[in-house]
Amino acid sequence: MNPLIPLFVAIPLTGAFIDMILGSFIKGFSRCFTQVIILALASMSIYSAATTGTNPSVYYVGGWEPVNGIPVGICMVMDGFTVLMLCIINIVGFLSAFYSLSYIKRFTSENFYYALFCLMTAGMNGVVLGGDLFNIFVFLEISVISAYALVAFGVEKNELEASFKYQVLGSLASFFILAGIALIYWKTKTLNIADIREMLKAGHDRPFYIFVELLILCGFGLKAAIIPFHAWLPDAHSSAPSPISAMLSGVLIKAAGIYVMIRLFFNLFEINESIAVLITTLGALSMVIGVFLAIGQWDIKRLLAYHSISQMGYVVLSVGMGMILISRGLKHEIAMLAVAGGLYHLVNHAAFKGLLFLNAGAIEYTLGTRDLKEMGGLRKSMPATSATSFIASMSISGIPPFNGFFSKLIIIIAAVMAGFYFLAFLAILVSIITLASFLKFQRYAFFNRKEGKEERVVKEVPFPMVFSMVVMSLLCLILSLLAFPGIRDAILTPATDILTDPVKYKDLVIGL
Amino acid sequence: MTAYILCFILFLAGLYGVITRRNLIKIAISLSVMEFSMFLLFALIGYTDGGVAPIVDPTGPAKVYVDPLPQALVLTAIVIGLATTAMLMATIIRLYRKYGTFDIREIKNLKG
Repeated sequence: MNPLIPLFVAIPLTGAFIDMILGSFIKGFSRCFTQVIILALASMSIYSAATTGTNPSVYYVGGWEPVNGIPVGICMVMDGFTVLMLCIINIVGFLSAFYSLSYIKRFTSENFYYALFCLMTAGMNGVVLGGDLFNIFVFLEISVISAYALVAFGVEKNELEASFKYQVLGSLASFFILAGIALIYWKTKTLNIADIREMLKAGHDRPFYIFVELLILCGFGLKAAIIPFHAWLPDAHSSAPSPISAMLSGVLIKAAGIYVMIRLFFNLFEINESIAVLITTLGALSMVIGVFLAIGQWDIKRLLAYHSISQMGYVVLSVGMGMILISRGLKHEIAMLAVAGGLYHLVNHAAFKGLLFLNAGAIEYTLGTRDLKEMGGLRKSMPATSATSFIASMSISGIPPFNGFFSKLIIIIAAVMAGFYFLAFLAILVSIITLASFLKFQRYAFFNRKEGKEERVVKEVPFPMVFSMVVMSLLCLILSLLAFPGIRDAILTPATDILTDPVKYKDLVIGL
Repeated sequence: MTAYILCFILFLAGLYGVITRRNLIKIAISLSVMEFSMFLLFALIGYTDGGVAPIVDPTGPAKVYVDPLPQALVLTAIVIGLATTAMLMATIIRLYRKYGTFDIREIKNLKG
């Protein structure tokens, strides 16, 4: 039993209020205090990742243990998959918060920024730890409402417009999710994920549950910006302040969208083939359409936002392939491989997309523009930004030895072994187009120098920004170790086990 | 059954408003309508015909109780809905100050 579980939500929630109260009296207090809080969370998540492994634990809020296999209270579950997400959220969160130290100075009201940042972290931690549907919904709303506010933080025309779009579509998504929860509760009279699974086994009303699954898919698809639901993402992610873009793109769409989707479709519903095929199709669509929308962009942050859609497509595609194989009941090892590839790409995407948004923020910080056509020749004047963004670009386009290569390789191998040759071909094609679009980014931003224009005097960004970018680029290298047997067994395999074997999850939460 | 159908019609009315209205405030109102249809759905699910408040009295005769959990859920959802609406209204006020209009057709800086 891990005593840290409730602290993951309690610490940032308390921190947000202390930030607001003391921050208005003491100048610079909230800035330092938030770093301490999120650093503590990051170290706690690393500790949990090291200790959880194959023995996950459950925390019953208020001590309400299940009676005779019927859960009565709220529970928070920490298993392999949760730990993986906690690490992403808190480590990327810490680096973004540290980066904000210099970046956010030009905005007014820093206190609000840091308090909202803490609230967003608390919400996301709650979502990944939640073991019951309604709790997940509440924490989801906490994190997205603070995200709405943070997107509009610049309060200029573009920021407000992006935030308005995000809010309307986000509210729609919440209603779909709420409707899904209501219908599930109607049939099963319980909200606990493991218990619902048991109830679904007992009474099987197939058409009803397919309707519920579609509602849930629409809701979390909107939050995760899979392709037919993607309209808000490029606006919101490009208008937010850069550290927040890194958080939104690197973490929020995963914790609030993809994570819950994967968790519910594996651990709550019986996997059935038609939904699995639908999910795979949506994944393939967002992978392909996302990259074609990205390649024509000249605004760096917009380009990166469209690539987020495309890379999330890889994750959804790979997990969907795993679902198809499981529903057909054959080749269980390959299904495990596909799911593991998807989760691995999820982790990697947090590292390299977070880094790319931080790079974009550094360029915007010095030049004051996001237009690729107005840049050029930054390689000499901003060596750290240039080097780290080169690593991130190579990583996202799948060049060895960076992490993106290994996860894409696993996904493609799984697709070929499962016999989905067309999907494997699409994955390779999208990877090549991604490379092309990032070569364009590199060339216009760092290498190209315009003739006949006077030299601009630009300096490297301040230390906190450089520090965050360098640590992120090291993470891009270190994460490629996850592909190798010893480390994979310790971190990725527990996560895939708990997803592909729902009995394990049930035993963990309800007990025997 | 009629109540469920009316609840669904309320949801669709809200959705129609979100899709067709051009005024920012009207969009916000339509979203609220959708939200309340969801709350109504929760209340309907917890309702039992002829049920009483679930206060168990071991000595008295057995009664039919309504399900108390959806009511608690609706209460939480209303609070969340309040926060969402407040946030949306704050954004709309700021948008009005910047653009000088509530018409969504004139607020189109971002595209591509």
